[in-house]
Amino acid sequence: MTNKEIFLRGFFKENAVFTLLLGMCPALGVTSSAINGLGMGLATTFVLIMSNIVISLVSSQIPDKVKIPSFIVIIASFVTMVDLIMAGYAPALHEQLGVFIPLIVVNCLVLGRAEAFASKNKLVPSIIDGASMGLGFSMALTMLGAVREFFGAGKMFGITLYSENYGMLIFVLAPGAFIALGYLIAFIDKLRKA
Amino acid sequence: MAGKKESTFINMVLVLFIVTLVASAALGGLYELTKEPIAAAKLAKKLKAIKEVVPAFDNNPSEEMYSVEMPSGDLLEFYPAKKGDELVGTAVKTYTANGFSGYIWIMVGFKPDGSINNYSVLEHKETPGLGTKMEPWFKTTDPTKASCSIIGKNPGSNNLTVSKDGGEVDAITAATISSRAFLEAVQTAYNEYNKQMEGGSK
Repeated sequence: MTNKEIFLRGFFKENAVFTLLLGMCPALGVTSSAINGLGMGLATTFVLIMSNIVISLVSSQIPDKVKIPSFIVIIASFVTMVDLIMAGYAPALHEQLGVFIPLIVVNCLVLGRAEAFASKNKLVPSIIDGASMGLGFSMALTMLGAVREFFGAGKMFGITLYSENYGMLIFVLAPGAFIALGYLIAFIDKLRKA
Repeated sequence: MAGKKESTFINMVLVLFIVTLVASAALGGLYELTKEPIAAAKLAKKLKAIKEVVPAFDNNPSEEMYSVEMPSGDLLEFYPAKKGDELVGTAVKTYTANGFSGYIWIMVGFKPDGSINNYSVLEHKETPGLGTKMEPWFKTTDPTKASCSIIGKNPGSNNLTVSKDGGEVDAITAATISSRAFLEAVQTAYNEYNKQMEGGSK
């Protein structure tokens, strides 16, 4: 598989949220606005790329029986780094995303790529895989956040488009996340088959 | 790719040890690096909240902070704001455990006469679009909604509970529980503030 194919597969064809349905917890939890979705997506992308790099480099030295524990320690370290850096330099965003940042550790997307791709491939394809999966995830979360923000609060990236009083509150709440995600998946599926 | 390491006991112990050692060293280093920015960000947030709720001051309220332990074990924090030597207001960090989704932390500022100068919501988990309206709701300047505002009122002489409970504050539409909890936190702050003032220590 060429690098371009790897990228397209991660970004669109096997998009984490729309196709693989991985990482649903943050996808539904934080996407009450587009900017939250984007922030969460980029944080996950960083963790994905970094953990893919390290794991593709060291996986040959790790015995099979302790593979998963080692991967989790590596992933958890990068997540904690993101958490600390965000708390120090982007406190407002950190507060918005709250508990979902530490929860990147258990995002099955990250461990899934480490196990299924990075541990079996060389450095460069692993970086591309991490980046494409992460950017695909970011795109999906931003789209979901934008849809929910538009219908729920009458805004897009924080810019008011119409009065909040006419917004459908349910879209900002949890049920709206499921509804919006369902329609988005149907829409993307249609696009893919066309 | 080089041959896979065998899953022998010594290999497993060694690998896990090295992985955790490197990880903890990296995190320890980063923690030291980010400790100051994180503390600064927290302090800036607190100072901003204090500035918002009390009249202009020129001392450092954080340095003169004193706290009172509540029965639940949580701390109420008092930040006296002074201009010259005169007390112009006190910011009280208060809380309630009775929010719709747990704790609500508020910074509320009292003038020396006990009336509410302003408030700022610090932390909460209320429902977006309903309970979250408490930040603008109770300090509205819209004259048609005067019965929503608590600014300028004195919890000692005004009955600051929601109108459903016989009080004089209109609750947030569809978020009576959040409103009740919010007003309870304000009342808690006032009661303790009053005790402190009557104690005559400040």
